[in-house]
Formats: sequence, C-alpha cells, structure tokens
Amino acid sequence: MIKTLARSIREYKKTAILTPILVTVEVILECIIPFTIANLVNEMQQGCGMDVILNYGIQLVAMAVLSLIFGVAAGNTCATASTGFARNLRQDMFYRIQDYSFENIDKFSVSSLVTRMTTDVVNLQMSFMMIIRVAIRGPLMLIFSFIMGFWMGGRLALIFLVTIPLLTIGLVVVIRWATPIFRRVFRKYDALNDSVQENVQAMRVVKSYVREDYEKKKFAAAAEDVCKDFTKAERIMALNSPMMQFCVYAGMAFVLSFGSYFVITSQGDGINVGQMSSILTYSFQILMSLMTLSMVFVMITMSMESAERIVEVLSEESNLTSPENALTEVKDGSIDFDNVSFKYSRKAERMALSGVDLHIKSGEVIGILGGTGSSKSTLVQLIPRLYDVTEGCVKVGGQDVRKYDLETLRNNVAVVLQKNVLFSGTIKDNLRWGNPDATDEEMLEACRLAQADEFIQQFPAKYNTWIEQGGSNVSGGQKQRLCIARALLKKPKVLILDDSTSAVDTRTDALIRQGFREFIPETTKIIIAQRVASVQDADRIIVMEGGRISAIGTHDELMQSSEIYREIFTTQNKAGDQDGEE
Amino acid sequence: MAKNKAKAAPAPATTARGHRAPKGVLRRLLRILFEFYPVLLPVTLVCILINAIVSAIPAVFMQNIIAIVDETYASGDWASVSGQIIGLVLILVVLYVISLVAGALYTQLMAVITQGSLKKMREKMFSHMQDLPIRYFDTNGHGDIMSYYTNDVDTLRQMISQSLPQMLIAGVTLVSVFCIMIYYSLILALVVVAGVVCMVLSARFATNRSSKFFLRQQITLGKAEAFMEEMMTGQKVIKVFCHEEQTKADFDKVNGEIFYNARNGNRYANILMPLLGNIGNVMYVAVALVGGALMLSGIPNISISGMAFGISIVVPFLNMTRQFSGSVGQVSNQINMVIMGLAGTHRILALLDEEPEKDEGYVTLVNAKENPDGSLSECRERTNVWAWKHQHHDGTVTYTRLEGDVRFSDVTFGYTPEKTVLHDISLYAKPGQKVAFVGSTGAGKTTITNLINRFYDIDDGKIRYDGININKIKKADLRHSLGIVLQDTNLFTGTVMENIRYGNLDACDEECIAAAKLAGADDFIRRLPEGYNTMLRGNGANLSQGQRQLLAIARAAVADPPVMILDEATSSIDTRTEAIVQRGMDALMTGRTVFVIAHRLSTVRNANAIMVLDHGRIIERGTHEDLLKLKGTYYQLYTGALELD
Repeated sequence: MIKTLARSIREYKKTAILTPILVTVEVILECIIPFTIANLVNEMQQGCGMDVILNYGIQLVAMAVLSLIFGVAAGNTCATASTGFARNLRQDMFYRIQDYSFENIDKFSVSSLVTRMTTDVVNLQMSFMMIIRVAIRGPLMLIFSFIMGFWMGGRLALIFLVTIPLLTIGLVVVIRWATPIFRRVFRKYDALNDSVQENVQAMRVVKSYVREDYEKKKFAAAAEDVCKDFTKAERIMALNSPMMQFCVYAGMAFVLSFGSYFVITSQGDGINVGQMSSILTYSFQILMSLMTLSMVFVMITMSMESAERIVEVLSEESNLTSPENALTEVKDGSIDFDNVSFKYSRKAERMALSGVDLHIKSGEVIGILGGTGSSKSTLVQLIPRLYDVTEGCVKVGGQDVRKYDLETLRNNVAVVLQKNVLFSGTIKDNLRWGNPDATDEEMLEACRLAQADEFIQQFPAKYNTWIEQGGSNVSGGQKQRLCIARALLKKPKVLILDDSTSAVDTRTDALIRQGFREFIPETTKIIIAQRVASVQDADRIIVMEGGRISAIGTHDELMQSSEIYREIFTTQNKAGDQDGEE
Repeated sequence: MAKNKAKAAPAPATTARGHRAPKGVLRRLLRILFEFYPVLLPVTLVCILINAIVSAIPAVFMQNIIAIVDETYASGDWASVSGQIIGLVLILVVLYVISLVAGALYTQLMAVITQGSLKKMREKMFSHMQDLPIRYFDTNGHGDIMSYYTNDVDTLRQMISQSLPQMLIAGVTLVSVFCIMIYYSLILALVVVAGVVCMVLSARFATNRSSKFFLRQQITLGKAEAFMEEMMTGQKVIKVFCHEEQTKADFDKVNGEIFYNARNGNRYANILMPLLGNIGNVMYVAVALVGGALMLSGIPNISISGMAFGISIVVPFLNMTRQFSGSVGQVSNQINMVIMGLAGTHRILALLDEEPEKDEGYVTLVNAKENPDGSLSECRERTNVWAWKHQHHDGTVTYTRLEGDVRFSDVTFGYTPEKTVLHDISLYAKPGQKVAFVGSTGAGKTTITNLINRFYDIDDGKIRYDGININKIKKADLRHSLGIVLQDTNLFTGTVMENIRYGNLDACDEECIAAAKLAGADDFIRRLPEGYNTMLRGNGANLSQGQRQLLAIARAAVADPPVMILDEATSSIDTRTEAIVQRGMDALMTGRTVFVIAHRLSTVRNANAIMVLDHGRIIERGTHEDLLKLKGTYYQLYTGALELD
C-alpha cells in the first residue's frame, strides 16, 4: 500500500526529503538553546558581568535566527511536499479513472469516487505533513532532550526512565482502545450523513406524507447512537492530557524534593542548581514530544482507512488496453459476432449474452428490440470494445476488435449511450466532443441531420447557448438530439443508437432515420428502441430475449415468425397508436 | 426534483462557501452552547479555570525551593532546610492533585459536551430543516445543504473540543503569569509585553495570510468536487468519445488551483510556530540582558513585591517568559481553527435563521360519524369517515364531509414575483373524476401539483378543497388528504415493508401487503431475497426503475387519500414493466379524484377532462374525443407532431 502511495510523491521527493533534514537542524538548535540558556543562568547566578551576558545573548540570538530560518524553510518545504503529494494523488486517481474500462467504472459509485478524491486525499495530506514534520520532530526532540537531560541533569534524569515508559504505556493503551471505536463511529457517521442526504432528496415525499416529526425522531435516534460512540472514543482520548500532566507533575515533585536533597547534601558537587532547573525544562519537552507522537499515531491510524480507499482506486487495473502494433484503420462498417458469449464479471453465474452469431454488412440498418434485461445494450457495447467478450469474438471491418487501437476503434464506432450526458458548456463545446476540430459548417450539418438545428436556432444565443450540468436546461428530446449530433461529428463507420430517441417525437424520429438513409448511407446503423415504430423500417430487426437472439428478419417476416415481436407490436398499438405517442 | 429547481427562483444570495464570519457569530454560538448545557458547561469552565490557575502557581513555589537550595547548598546542611523544602513540595503536591483532578474532570466533561453539543446542533439543524418550505430545497443545491452537516459541523467539533478550552487556558495562564511578573518586576514585565506585541503582530500576519488561502481552498475544493462529479457521472461518455486527454487537462487546471491555495495556506500556517517560538527565544535573551543590566547598574526595582533586584528575580522571570511565549503560541495555533469554525458556525446559523414554513390553517381533519339526520359529528375512534372541522370566527363549528372535490378559480402563480408561471387557471375536479394535464416542457404542469398541497402558495385566485379555501386548512391535514406519486421515486433506507408503511404509519403488515397487491408490486417483492423484509439502500439502488415506481404506488395506496396527484415518470421503462406500472396506477386511481401530469398520452385518454397547458395557460380543454376533433395542440401532440415531455 505504502509503495503505491509513495509513487505519487514524484517531483516532491526533494522537498519531502529536505523537510526532515531541515527539521533536524531546527530541533538541534531548539535543544541547544535551552542548554545555552541554562549556562547563562548559571553564569548569572555566579555574578558574571555584562560582557558575558552580552556574549551569550549574541549566541542565543544567532541561534534563534538560524532556527527561525530553518523552521520557516522546513514549514515551506513541508507545505509544498504534502500539498504536492495530495495534488499528485488526486491527479493519479483521476487519470487512472480516465483509463478505466466500463467494467472498472461499474465497480465504483460516483459519490464514493468523489469522496476518495476530496476528503480521503485531504486526510492523507494531513498525515503526510505530520509524518515528514512532526513524526520526525517528535522522536528527535525526544532523543535530544533525553541526551541533554542526562548530560545536564545527571542522575536526576533517571526519573525519565520511570515517567517515559509510564506515559508510553498509557498512550499505547489509549490509542489501542480508542481507534477501533473511532473507525466504527466514522462509518456510522457516514451512514448518518447519508440518511440526511436521503431525507433532503426525498423532501417532497416527507412533506406530502406529513412525516416531518417521524423523520426527526428517526434522525434523533441515529444521531444519539453516533454521539454515544463518539463520546466514548473522545473520553478515552481525553485521558491523554491528564496522564501527561501526571507524569510532568510526578517528575517535578521528584526533582524538587530529591533534587534539592542531592544538591544540598553533595554541596552542589554532583548536581548543581542550574542542572536542577534545566532538567525541569527537559522533562517537560520530552513528555510534550511523546504527546505529539501519540497524536501523530492517532492521525495516521485514522487516515489508514482513507489510504486503503485511495489505493483501491489506484491499484484497480484497467482490463482493456490497446494491443501492441495495433491497427489504426478500420476498413469498413461491417460487423461480425462469431459465437459470442459474455458475462459482466468472472464471478457472475449467468451469461449476459450467450451464443450470439450475427453478421452485419457495411451500411446496413439494424434495429434491436427486446425487454429490459434482454441484453440489448450489452450486445452493442461489445462492438466499440467497451467490454471484452468472454467467449468468441467480435469483428469490425473484418478484424477482431481487440486488434485495433482503442481510440481508432471508438472513433469509428460511435455509440450514443442510453444514459447520455451533456456537459456544462456551450452547445458548441459539447458538439466538439465528437471532433475537436469541427468547423461551424460541420456542426451545423450534423445538427441538421440530428434534427437539432431547428430548436438550437430558436435559442437566443443559438450555438453558443450554455448547457447546464447534465443538460438540465434542455428537454429530454432536445438532449437526445444533441447527443446524436455529437456522435455524428465523429463521421463514424458504425453508428449505434442505444434507445436514443425515446423522448423525441415520432415525426422527428422518422426524419432523423430518413436523414441517415440519405446522407450517411455508407455508415452501418444499429438502433436499439422500445418503440416498434423506430425500427420498423430497418433492413433487419433483431429480437433479443434473455441474452440470446430470438429472431432476425424484416418487420413483415417477424410479424409472421416471432411471437415476441408480434406481442410488442400489438401492445404498443393497442395502448398507444399506430403513430406512437410516447 | 431537478425540474422544479430549474424553474424556481434563483437562489437568494446564499452565504458563499468559505466566507469569513461576521462579528457576533461567536457570541451566538456561545449562547447556544450554554443553552445546551446550562449547568455542565459552567462547571466545565470552572474546572478549566482551576486547572489553568493551579498550573501557573507552582512556578512560584518552584522558585522558592530553588532559591532555598541555592542559598544552602554551599553549606550542605540538608537538615536545616529539609522541613521547609518538604513543606513546599507537599503544598506543590496538593496543588498538583487539584490541578490533575480539575484537568481530568474538564477533559472528560469537555468530551461529553463537545459531542453532545454537536448532536444537539445536528438535531436542531435537522428538525429546523424539516420545517422549512419546499422552496428552500428547490432553491438551494442539495450538495450545499449537505455540507452544513458534514464540513460545517466538523469545523465546529474542532473548535469546541480543542480551540475554545485551549484558548481559555492560555488566556488564564497569560493573565496569571503576567500578574506574577508584575509582582516581581515591572520593567522586565514591560520587556515581555514588547515581545508579546511582536508575537501577536507576526501571528496576525501569518494567520491572515493562511486563513485567506484556506478559505479560498474551501471554495476551490467545492469547485473541484462539482467538476469531478460531473465528469465521473459522464465517465462512460468520455470513454466513448475518447475524450480522456482533454478531461485530464481540464482536471489539471482545477487541481492546480487547489494545490496553489493549499500550499500557500499551509506555508503560512507552518511558519507560525517557528516564528513565535524564536521570537520567544529572542524575548528570553532580551529579558536576560535587561535583567543583567539592571542587576549590575543597581537601578531600584519597581514591583509589587518590593523585592530588590537580584538573581532570585531574574531566574524565575526567565522561566515565566518561556511559559508566556508558549501560551501565546498556543493561542495563535488555534486561530486558523477558530476562523474556520466561525465561518462554519455562520453558515449553520444561516440555516437556522431560515424562515420555517408558515401554517395559519385552522380547519382540521377529524374522524366523524354520520348522525341519523345526515349531519356529521366528531368522534375519536377510526370510522373511515372523515370530516373537515371548521371552527368559525363566531365560535360555531361545522363539519364538512371529506370527499375530494377540488376547484381552482383564477389561480395565478409565479416562483418569483417577476415571472408568472401560471395565469388565471380555473378548473374543477368532482369527487372521483380524473383530470389530466398535458403540455410541453415548461408549460407549468408540475407547478400545479406544487399548489394543491401548498408546497407553494398561490399569488392570486383561490383553490378550494370540498368548498374550503385551502389556505384555511392546516397544512398537515391538507396533505393527509392528498396522495402524491412523484416523477422521481424516492425510497428510504429500510425494509420494503417500512417503505410501504411510510404512507400510513398505523397500517399493519396485512394492509401494507394488500396495498402492494393493489399496486401490482407484490409479485416482485416476493421474489426479492427476503421478501418484504429485504433491506433497501441508496434510494432502492438494488431495484429497477419500474419496481421503485411500483413501491411508490403501493406507498400511496396505503395512505388511501381521496385525492391523488400522479406525476408520471419520464424515464423510459420497457413496455412490459410499463404495462404493470400502468395497471398499478389505474388501480390506485379508481374511486379517487385524480390529477395526472401526463408524459405519455396513453394514460390520459380516459380522463374526464384533459387540460392542455402552454406557457402557463390552459389553451385547450375537454375529453380525448373533444380535443381530437379540435385538431389543435392536443391533436398535434397526439399525432407525434409535437414533443411531449
């Protein structure tokens, strides 16, 4: 896991390594300063002159300035390294997601990916900052203070051998005790927030059933549960501070009583007064550093979960890549399914497609019908290699799709997905997705063909009209037509419409198909639809059922041969009408 | 409902994310906290004070002991001072114990108070939110509302549990140490004050800078979140269009912005400690120098104690200087937390200050029984006869039977004053009748549903329910008398049974199952792994669109209201499922007054009246046959010449 994460440090390696070095110098200076001060106090007590004080003063100021410089430098490099690391993590995750295949994408929900790239990365950034700065500083401080304490305080420093292990044990116990609770409660906390989100989204339902009080009670119970666990965990963590205070106090009481005794009985020989006061300073420093160390541990354990979630995204391997020496040209729009079977995951028991054998000539118009779950979409998604077949092979232009460069293949096989999405930006921005270099002429042409030009011209800003996220400011039918235009701009050899005209009125639907016949006759067109009317005039219609091709033929043939086809046709013409009217 | 959001008023200047909080927020926060814990919080504060004061005092005794040791060690005569020293140490131990007890107590109490306050705060927010009008949810992004609960409450946690007590402790330490300083020597105290001024100034510099960047970082993070969400929602489209590289480049821009702000914010935050620490060191040197100079020059000491200047003053002073600068550091370290916390509090308060939904209705819905003379009288038991109880101004009470007669007279409405969405709508639906609304996007169909149940109040005209102006009916009772099946189905985390029972909490299992059967949902529910006890999560993510709709229909059926509003789903489901859903809808409609917002014309054919809406006006009305004869807009829609959405 650490290896995967460490790969994201990259250009910030220098600052990441520099930081601990700078911190080391800073810590050394910080430890020498009290040492020098102790000397100064001693000198002053022995009644030194102004010159000695001045001398020490200059030394001290020089050290303070140095320590400041190193401290500021360390703060800088640390900020750069940790936020840079976070930036790379976000970038690596985002890039990795871009390389995901459809199968990979299906695995993660959008909201979980967003949380991973925001909250989880911020957690890791904090931990990283802690590690390169505080986690280095803490132990160093501990060691230096310890050494200095022994050097200066002599035998009195033996008290550390009691207080340090005592505090360490205490801290370990507290952390061990509290972290599992924390982990549990954070999960509950997430669930609580999910329930708030659910409530906000369903507010109309809540209000129309007058369930406000019911929801309040439900929430209060969940909040109480979270609160109980959180309180428990925090109360355990709150033991840290009195524990630490106890150790400091115990150390001080010891030094003040036995220290005084030693100093006086040895007549200041073994230990002098200066040593006694400096040991007090160091004991405080040592315990402080233990304390910060424990905080670091808590922080790191808490961010472990975040780290795991990030690594999960980073180590997800895309199972679809372009082969070496890939073909970069698609000959024509012919498509062949040779005995194809497919299932969505290795573990799946049921085949989504089985034994599909289908041969489509270039330029043919194919309609596909079938109920939900009959794997219509699955079938067409194999053509641009959005998924790989489990058995058999799919060929485009006479070549196995796995031999093509992915970009070449997908530029030649355009799919208008069922869940089509427009992005925030102008209409032109959206159209350019199909072809970044499209001229205004070409865009106009594509939009005419998709019957989108007419309504675009009615917008005040025409082709520069701003589309809101998800295309929420255009109607469903308009959105579908824009998506078709976007796909047409690719000038593909194969065009697949996956239920892409369901919200378009029947007349326009017919006009679109008519346009296809007239203006892009070379292109192979595959149209999935719910309405018989949308596929009725296709060269061949495929009826799918339960992942198999149930029947193929023209409208008239199928009316004769396929019961399913007949059934769909009659329900639609009974409930609806000849001219369809969804 | 995205649809409504687009139509509704633009959000009133919502508090920008990451904005610095104005003054007065802290005071309000403290007041709320005291309201939450009127006893416990003051007790905790006293404990903090005791802990802080008692922690400061030992310095004096320590110096006494060191002074004694300093005087006697040359003689080596332990016996002569042992009593004194042990006495002082004992006093110290007593103080330590008090400090420890107070410390342990306050940290424990603080943990309880912090989490308790957060819980109470969340509850307060949530319960206030439940009472807000739908307008609030239509005009504020759901993501924004959510972040009150996540980001803003989290910043509060930090502030209450750590920043407030630490700042209090540091403040007390500062004051007490300063008093002791004056006790010893005024001049040296002034040196320390000068140092502190330097520290405060530099702390202000650093925190001003860092908080500026941190607040900006919050804004860019929000932007990035929106970007990522949009892109990843469209991830498959990106793949299909081989748009990965362009998307990566766009992301780099956003990511770079976060980096810039995070880096600079942390930079300034990180230099704070070395800056303050070393100013503290320099201050220390200054005290030593001035002290030494004073000692040597023999200038008389100005102090409360009246002690003469000497090493016994300078040495404790040096220690106090350290303590002093440490406290200043502690305070400044919390400043960023406090700024963020206050900004969060400010946003939370803005939520709490939102005006709740008003209800001036006084007509209520009661169980009734029919008297032999045909009049109605109120009764307690459930009778399945409901009546509107109308309390008139003159003190008389009349009962009107709940039947489901709805009339609109000249209703005019707009989400904002500037833009009228519905113009002079008049229509009626007698009990048991079905009225359908048809029209293209933006015609105002969905708006009508918002008015009957008073999600929004009309600007002009009247809506009457069983002859009573709906403004006079208590909202809860009005809504109880209406059922609604929305376009977008929302289910709750819980079992299938619980989701159906949502329509009527008193319904027993049998009633829920009967409702499911009526809706045609029973079949698929029984095929679920645990039938009616199957857990639904994430808005019923494990169900298909059609199945979710069936559950929503069953939920409405269990409520069994006399009036139903059906907003048909626009999303395409396959013909077979659609037929099942349609059957469920039809079953639900029988015997009720129904308003249908139609997205498919197949469902409106048998309506008693079809209203064709265009730009907020009824342009055609009549039955299916009437309207076909008219050869107007309905005819065009029907023949597919116009798009229906």
